[in-house]
Amino acid sequence: MAAPKKGRGAAGGQGKPGRALALILIVMAALTGGMFLAKQPTPRLGIDLAGGTSITLEAKAEPGQEKAVNKTNMDTAVEIMERRVNGLGVSEAEVQTQGTRNIIVNIPKGTNSAQARAQVGTTAKLYFRPVLTVTQGTPTPEPSASPSGKASGSPSPKASASASEKATDGDKAASPSSKPSASATTQGRAVTGALKADSSPSPKASESASAEDQAAAAKLQKQFQELDCSNKASRAKAAQGSKAGDTVVACGQDDNMKYVLGPAEVSGTEVKSAKAAFDQQRGMWIVQMEFTGKGSKQFQTITKKLSAQQEPQNQFAIALDGEVVSAPRVSEQLSGSAEISGSFQQDTAEALANQLSYGALPLSFKEQSVTTVTAALGGEQLRAGLIAGAIGLALVVIYLVAYYRGLAFIALLSLLVSGILSYTIMSLLGPAIGFALNLPAVCGAIVAIGITADSFIVYFERIRDEIREGRTLRPAVERGWPRARRTILVSDFVSFLAAAVLFVVTVGKVQGFAFTLGLTTLLDVVVVFFFTKPLMTIMARKKFFASGHPWSGLDPKRLGAKPPLRRSRRTNAPTEPKEA
Amino acid sequence: MSRLGNLGARLYRGEVGYDFIGKRRIWYGVSVLITITAIVGLAVSGLNMGIEFKGGAVFTTPKTSVSVDHAEEVASEASGHQAIVQKLGNGGLRIQITEVDTAKSDQIKDKLSEELSVPSEKIAADLVGPSWGEQIANKAWTGLGVFMVLVVIYLAIAFEWRMAVAALVALIHDITITVGVYALVGFEVTPGTVIGLLTILGYSLYDTVVVFDSLKEGTKGITKQTRWTYSDVANRSINSTLVRSINTTVVALLPVAGLLFIGGGVLGAGMLNDISLALFVGLAAGAYSSIFIATPLVADLKEREPQMKALKKRVLAKRAAASAKGEATEAEQADEDLTDTDDAAPAGAVVGQRQQPPRGHGRTSEKRR
Repeated sequence: MAAPKKGRGAAGGQGKPGRALALILIVMAALTGGMFLAKQPTPRLGIDLAGGTSITLEAKAEPGQEKAVNKTNMDTAVEIMERRVNGLGVSEAEVQTQGTRNIIVNIPKGTNSAQARAQVGTTAKLYFRPVLTVTQGTPTPEPSASPSGKASGSPSPKASASASEKATDGDKAASPSSKPSASATTQGRAVTGALKADSSPSPKASESASAEDQAAAAKLQKQFQELDCSNKASRAKAAQGSKAGDTVVACGQDDNMKYVLGPAEVSGTEVKSAKAAFDQQRGMWIVQMEFTGKGSKQFQTITKKLSAQQEPQNQFAIALDGEVVSAPRVSEQLSGSAEISGSFQQDTAEALANQLSYGALPLSFKEQSVTTVTAALGGEQLRAGLIAGAIGLALVVIYLVAYYRGLAFIALLSLLVSGILSYTIMSLLGPAIGFALNLPAVCGAIVAIGITADSFIVYFERIRDEIREGRTLRPAVERGWPRARRTILVSDFVSFLAAAVLFVVTVGKVQGFAFTLGLTTLLDVVVVFFFTKPLMTIMARKKFFASGHPWSGLDPKRLGAKPPLRRSRRTNAPTEPKEA
Repeated sequence: MSRLGNLGARLYRGEVGYDFIGKRRIWYGVSVLITITAIVGLAVSGLNMGIEFKGGAVFTTPKTSVSVDHAEEVASEASGHQAIVQKLGNGGLRIQITEVDTAKSDQIKDKLSEELSVPSEKIAADLVGPSWGEQIANKAWTGLGVFMVLVVIYLAIAFEWRMAVAALVALIHDITITVGVYALVGFEVTPGTVIGLLTILGYSLYDTVVVFDSLKEGTKGITKQTRWTYSDVANRSINSTLVRSINTTVVALLPVAGLLFIGGGVLGAGMLNDISLALFVGLAAGAYSSIFIATPLVADLKEREPQMKALKKRVLAKRAAASAKGEATEAEQADEDLTDTDDAAPAGAVVGQRQQPPRGHGRTSEKRR
C-alpha cells in the first residue's frame, strides 16, 4: 500500500507520509517479532476465559492499627500467600495486590482450588504459646486417657506461677469437667471414654470453673480428642478460629504431633527480626530472633516460667496460623534476643526465620469473592466474546463501506493496524506486567472499535466538508487534518481520562475493562497520526480518489460541492477566518 | 445512501436544518420529564441489585436435562434461601442464590452436583461476600466523582467554564436516565452494569466534546459581525456536525449491539450482557443529550454574557432594519437570505479559507463538470 513518493502534496501537508507509514510498519513488525520471540503468540487469558478459580481477599487491619494496611505489609502478605499456594503444588498460581487493600489469587484450572482457598484465606498470625500437652497426632481411643491425664496435671503448677486470669484459662484448657450432656450425646464411645478417664480433675478447678467454663473445657477436650493431624480437613479446622487469648488445640506443621496450647504469651508482632544462621561452633543451623522492647519483657516472663517446668510444659510453641511451627524447649530465662536450635537444615531454618518475620504482620484477610469458572464455561465465554467482536466489527465495516465507500478501505486498514497493535501489545503485556485478558477486557476492546472508527469519521467528515467548499482532494486532505486532529485529540483525551480514572480507583473486573479501553484509545491516536493521515495523503494522489470516483466516497457531486465559481461572490464573511 | 450523503451536504450548508436552539425549551421539557420519571422510578421501585452487591452465589452448570423448577427446588433446599434459576442459551442452568456465605457455598455446590447429576468440577461458581459489592460500588462512586471534577477542570481549560457546566449537566442527565431505565425496567445491576455506566461517562462526553469543538471554532470572532447571534451559530454547529454525530453513535452502537446480541442470545446472561445493556441505553442518552441539551445550554449561558447580549441587540436591529426596507425588495431579499445561509453555514469554520483561490484542481475540476 505504501506507494513510492511521487512528489510533495501541493497544499504543504506532511511531506513524508511514506516515512510515517514505514515507521508504523516497522513497529508492527517489531511487536509481532517480539511476541513470537517471547513465545507469547496469544494474550494471556484471565480466569473467566481460561477456567480456574479467582479469589479476592481484602485486608483488615487490627483495631487501632489502621495504618497496617500499607504497601510493605501487603507485599509481604502476597509473598506468604504465594508460598502457601505453591506449597500445595499448585503451579502457575498467581497472587497479586490490587488497589490498596485487595489481593487477588488466581488458581488455574485443574488444581485443588478448595484446598488453596482454605490455605490462602487464613490469617498469617504468629503467637508464642506455652505447650500444655503434646501427643501423637492421631486420635486413638485407648491411649487417649494418658494425654488427658497429663493435661489435667499441667495447669496447676502453671496456675501458681502465673497471673490468675491466665491460670483460669489454663484450667479451662486441661481440666475436664463432669460430663456435660451436650457434648456427650453426640460423641462416640471413644470420646465418652476419654471424658470418663478425665473425670478426676483437680478439685480447685472444678470449684472455680463455672458451668460455662466446664462446657468450654469439655469442648476443648473433645476437640483435642477428635483432632486428627493426619487429616487435612481436621487440621484446617483446628487452625481456624484460634484466638490469642484462648487455650487451643493445634497440630504440628511438619510433624504428626498434636498440642494443647495455652493462651498466647507473646504476639508475633513483637518479633523485630528473625534470621537463619549457621552456628560455626556447634556446626548446626539455628534461628536467631530479636524482640521489641515490649516483646522481650513478655518473652522474659514466659521463658522464666517455662524453664522451671517439667517436660513437656517447658516448651513454648511458635504457632503460625494455628499450627505449631516449632516447639523449642526452654532451659533458661531468655530476654530480648533468642536462639532456636534443633535439628534444622538450612532450608528449614530459613523457613522458620521467614515465618517468624511474617508473623509480625498485623493483617488478616477476608474472602470477598470467589469465582470458579470451569474450562468449558471459560471457553464458551471466550468464544462468545470473540463472536460478539466479530459481529460488531462486521457491522461497523458494512456501515463504513456503505457510507464512505472507497474511504472505508482506509478506515478498514487503519482498524486492522489498530487491531494488530492492540493484539501484539496485549500479548506482550502478559509476561511483562501480568496482564491477563478477561471478559470485561474483551468488552473494552469491542467498545473501542467505535472510538477508533470515530476518529476516522471525524477526519473523513472534515475532508468532505473541505470538498464541499469546492476544494480538490489533496488540499482538502491537508486542510481538514489540523482541525480533525484537534477534535480527535480532545475527544480521545476525555475518553482516556475516563479509562485512567477507572483504572486507578477501581479493582477487579472493572480494571481489566479500563485497561483495554485506555490502551486502545492511546493506540487510536497513534494509528490516526502515523497511519491514517499518511495513508490518506498518499491515497489522495491516486486517481481513484483524487478524481472523485463515485465509489471513492469523495465524489464532489454527490457531496454537493459548490461550483468554484460562486466562491468569489461574497467576501463579507460572518466570522473571522480561522486556521488551526 | 446517496440521499443521506446529500442530506449531509445540505445540513452542512444550512439548507436544511433543525432549530435545536430555538426549540430548546421543548427538549429541556422532554429531558426534565424523562429525568423526573427516572428519579421517581428510582425512588419507587429502586434498583434490582445483583448478587455481586448483596452477596451470594451464582452457579452455572453445563448442559443438563434437569428442569428449571426442579433445579430451583433443589437449590432452595440446599441453601435454605430462595434460588433463582435461569435456563441458558446453551442448555445449561444459571442458579442464583442470595445471602449465602462464601464458606457454605461448597456444600451447596456438592449438593447441586449430586441432585442434578452434574460432576461438581463442571459447575462454575461465583461467590461474593456482601461487602465486596459495596466496595465495588463505593469505588465506582469515587471514580465518578474524581472523573467529573477532572473533566470539568479540563473542559474549563480547553474550552470555557460554561461548556464545562453544560457538559456536566448533560453527563448527569445521561447517568440519571440510564439508572432510571434500570430501575423502571428492573434490569439487574451488576459490576458489569457499573462498568457500562462508567464507560458512558467517557463516551457521552466524547460526543459532547466534538460538538463543542465545532462550536468553539464557529464562534471565534463572533462579536466582529452583526449577522448572527451566538445561538444562531450554535445551531449551525450542531447541524453541521449532525452527520458526524449520527455516524459516531451508529458506529459506537453497532459493536455494542453485537455484544448485546451475543450476550443475550448465546450466553443468556452475564458480564457481556450487563455491560452492553448499560452501554446501549447510555450511548443513546449521550447522543441525545450532547445535541439537545449540552449545546443549547451553552448557548443559554453564553447569551447572558453582556457581550453576547449586545451582539444580539445589534443583530436584531439589523434584521429589523432589513425587513423595514420594505416588501418591494422581498424577492431580492429572499435570494440574499439564501446566500447568507449558504455562506454562514460553516459559521467561520471554513469561511476564511474560502477567500483564497482554490488550488490544484486543474484536472479534477474538469472531470467534475
